[in-house]
Amino acid sequence: MIGFVFLAVIALAAIGIYAAMFKRNLIKIVVGINIIASAANLFLVSLGYREGGIAPIFTGAESLNMVLATPQALTLTSIVINLAVTALMLSFAIMIYRHYGSLDALKRRLKE
Amino acid sequence: MSPIVKNVAVVLVIPITMFGLYIILHGHLTPGGGFPGGAIMASLVVLFFVAFGKEWAKKINKGILFFGESFGLALFGLLAFLGLGTSFFHNFLANSDSLFGMSIPFGANSGFLWSGGIIPLMNIAVGLEVFAALSIIAVVMFLENGKVMFSEKENNVGGKK
Amino acid sequence: MILENAPALAIGIPLFAAFAVFFFGKLGKRAMKVWVVAGLLAAEVFIIWLAMDALSGISHFYAVGAQVPGIISQAGFPVRVVLVVDAVSALVALVAMSLCLLAGLFSLRFFEKKEGGEKFYSLLLLLAAGITGLSFTGDFFTMFVFLEVISISSAGLIVFFREGEGFEAGFKYLVLLAIGALFLLFGVGIFYGKYGLLNIGAIASLVGVNASFIDFTAVALIASALLLKCGSFPVHMWKPDVYQKASGIVSAVLVASGLVGIYALFRVLFLMLANTPLSAMVGWVIAILGVFSIFVGVTMALKQTSLKRLVGYAAVAETGFVLLAFGTGLAAVTSMDIFSFRAVIGGMFQLVNDGLDLGLLFLLIAAVGFVTKKKRIGEISGLAHKSPVLAVLFLIGMFAISGMPPFNGFASKIIIYESVYMASPVFSIVGILGSVMLLAIFVKVFVAIFLGPPYKGKVEVLPKSMLLVMCIFAFFILLLGLFPKQAIEGVFLPAAKALINSQAYIGGIL
Repeated sequence: MIGFVFLAVIALAAIGIYAAMFKRNLIKIVVGINIIASAANLFLVSLGYREGGIAPIFTGAESLNMVLATPQALTLTSIVINLAVTALMLSFAIMIYRHYGSLDALKRRLKE
Repeated sequence: MSPIVKNVAVVLVIPITMFGLYIILHGHLTPGGGFPGGAIMASLVVLFFVAFGKEWAKKINKGILFFGESFGLALFGLLAFLGLGTSFFHNFLANSDSLFGMSIPFGANSGFLWSGGIIPLMNIAVGLEVFAALSIIAVVMFLENGKVMFSEKENNVGGKK
Repeated sequence: MILENAPALAIGIPLFAAFAVFFFGKLGKRAMKVWVVAGLLAAEVFIIWLAMDALSGISHFYAVGAQVPGIISQAGFPVRVVLVVDAVSALVALVAMSLCLLAGLFSLRFFEKKEGGEKFYSLLLLLAAGITGLSFTGDFFTMFVFLEVISISSAGLIVFFREGEGFEAGFKYLVLLAIGALFLLFGVGIFYGKYGLLNIGAIASLVGVNASFIDFTAVALIASALLLKCGSFPVHMWKPDVYQKASGIVSAVLVASGLVGIYALFRVLFLMLANTPLSAMVGWVIAILGVFSIFVGVTMALKQTSLKRLVGYAAVAETGFVLLAFGTGLAAVTSMDIFSFRAVIGGMFQLVNDGLDLGLLFLLIAAVGFVTKKKRIGEISGLAHKSPVLAVLFLIGMFAISGMPPFNGFASKIIIYESVYMASPVFSIVGILGSVMLLAIFVKVFVAIFLGPPYKGKVEVLPKSMLLVMCIFAFFILLLGLFPKQAIEGVFLPAAKALINSQAYIGGIL
C-alpha cells in the first residue's frame, strides 16, 4: 500500500523537475521547485508512516503503535525553509520583472 | 471590497487571533507550535489587505514588525544561550517547578500547559518572529511591488508574448 | 564551561549576533559595527582554539542540548544533533570564518554613505553561522538546514546593492541551490528510510560493511547537491554570473561558502565510500569533473571582458584543482599509497590557498572600485601611478592564484601535479597548462588596469582598515609560500589524515 506513495513521490518530483528545467516563465520555475519540495515532504512523511499508527502524542495514548515523529519534524523544518526560499525567489522574480519588463527566462541572459 | 467583506474581516480578528495563540501556546502538547501559529496570525494581515486594500496597508508601521522579528529571534537565541551551564540548547527550565517547569505525573492525562521548560517559551519567540516576518513579506510584496506587477502591463506576464 | 561548549558557541554567537544587529543598529552605526566585529571575532577566537586543539590531535564531539556529555542514547545509537570538530573540519571552519571576519572588517568603511548597513551585517553574520555550522555538522539533516541557511543569506547578499542584473544572478543561484538542497533532502530521506538514522558517522559505520544500490543512490544524490554548491564543471554556470554581479566583499564570503561545500562533499564521500570498491569509480569521476572545471574555467576566462566575471571563471578553475586532488585521493582510498595520500594533502593545501587567493583578488576588486568610484573596471587604466600599493597586492594575488613561486599557490599545486602524475599524467598536464594560462590571463588584466598612461580621474585615499585586511591576506600568502614544509607538517598533514581516516570519525561518535 505504501508503495503507491513512493510512486506519487516520483511522479511529483518528475513534474517539478520538468517544470523547473523546461518552463521559461520564472514564476512557473518557482512553482516547479515547490512541487519538488512537496515531493520531498511527502517522501519524508511517508517514511515515518506506520500501518494503523496513531499520532505520536504519549499523553492519553491508547496504543504504542505510533507513526515516527522525527520525519514529521524534518518535514516541518523543510516546509519552513521552503517558504523562505519561495518568498525570496518570488521577490527576485518581481525585481527581474521590474528591470526587464518580462518574466521570460530567455528574454535576456547575463553574459558579456 | 464590499462592506460585508470588511465587516466579516473585522469579526474574524478574534477567532483567528485566538486560534493562532492557541496553536502557539499549546505547541508542546499538541501538533503545532510557533511556525504554524505565527503563520495563522499572519494570515490575518493578508485578510485585511484583501478587505481594506492599499490605504490600510500603508498605515502599517513596518518598524514595529521589524522590531518584533528581531526580538523573537533574539529571544530564541538567548534561551539557547541560557542553557550553557550544561550545554547549548539545554532545557534548563524543565522539571524546575517554576515557569513552564512543572513536572508531569506519570500516566495518561490531558496535558499540562505549564510543562515543557524552554520549549513553550521558544514557541512563543518563534511565533512572534514568524508573525512579524510573514507580515513584512506580505506588506512588502503587496505595497512596493503590487502596482508594478498588477498594472496595465498585466498581459506581459506570460512566458510567450 | 565556556570552552567545553566552544563548538556550539562558534555557531551560536554569530547566529545570535545576526538577530541582535537590529537593536544595535538603532543605537547608531558605531555601536552596530562594534557589535558585528565583536560577534565575528568571538566566533573566530573559539574556532582558533578548537583548531589548535584539533590539529594537535584532540577531536571534539559535541551533542547539542544534552544533559550529560554522552552522544549515544540508551538504545545504542546517536539521537541528538552532533557537532564534530576534528582537524579537517576545524581547519575549514577556521579558513571560512577568517574570510568572513576579514570581509566584515573590510566592509566597515563601505557603509558610511550607504543605507541598510544593519541588514547587510545581519546577512553576513547569518552566512558566517551557516558556514561554521556546515563545517561542524555531524548529521545529515542539519547539513540540509545549514546549506539552506547559506543559500538564503548569500542570495540576499548577492542582490544587496540592487543592481538590476544582480537579481538575475541571484535568482539563478537560488533556483539551482534550492533544487540541489532538495536532492540532498531526498538522499537524506533514503538513508533515514533504510537505517532510521540521521547521523553521518553512524550511517557510515553501517554503509561501510554492506553497501547496496540504495546507499549509492543516496550518496549520489547528496554528492550531486554538494557538487552544485561548490560549482564544479557541469553546474559551474552560476559561479561567473554571481561573482560578476555581486560586490567584491560578498564574493569573498561566497568563496568561503564554496570551500565549505567542497569540504562537506569530500567528508561525506570519504566516510561513505571508504570500504567499498565503488570509491575508485567515484573518485575518477570527480577527478575528471575537476579536470573539466580547470579546462572550462581557464578557456572561458580567456575571452571575458569583465574583470569580476573573469575572476569568477578563475574560481571555477581553482575549484577544479581541489576536486582533481581529492578525487585522485578518493580513487585510491581503499589501498592508500604515498602518492594518493600526498594528493589529499595537496588538496587540503589548495583548499586553503583558494580562500586566500580568491579572497584577496575579490577584495582588491572591491578596493579598486572604492578608490575610483567607477562601476566598470574597464574604464580604469594606469592605476599603478596613483596607487602603487594596490598594484603590488594585485601582483601578489595574481602570482599566487596562478601558482608562481614563491607564493602559496606554487607550493600546493606542485604537490598536486606530482602526485596526480603518478595516477594519470594527462590530468597533471592539463592542470599545469591551466595554471600557466591563468597567469597569462591575469597578466593581461594587470596590464589593462594598472599599467599604461597615468590614471586621469580622481582617486580617493584607501582606508586603513581595507589596506590592513589586504595586507593580512598577502602576509598569509607569503607565509604559506615561504614555509610550505612547516605548514604541511603542522596543519595539512593532520587535516588530510583526519579526512581519510573514517574509523576515527565513526569511533568518535559511536
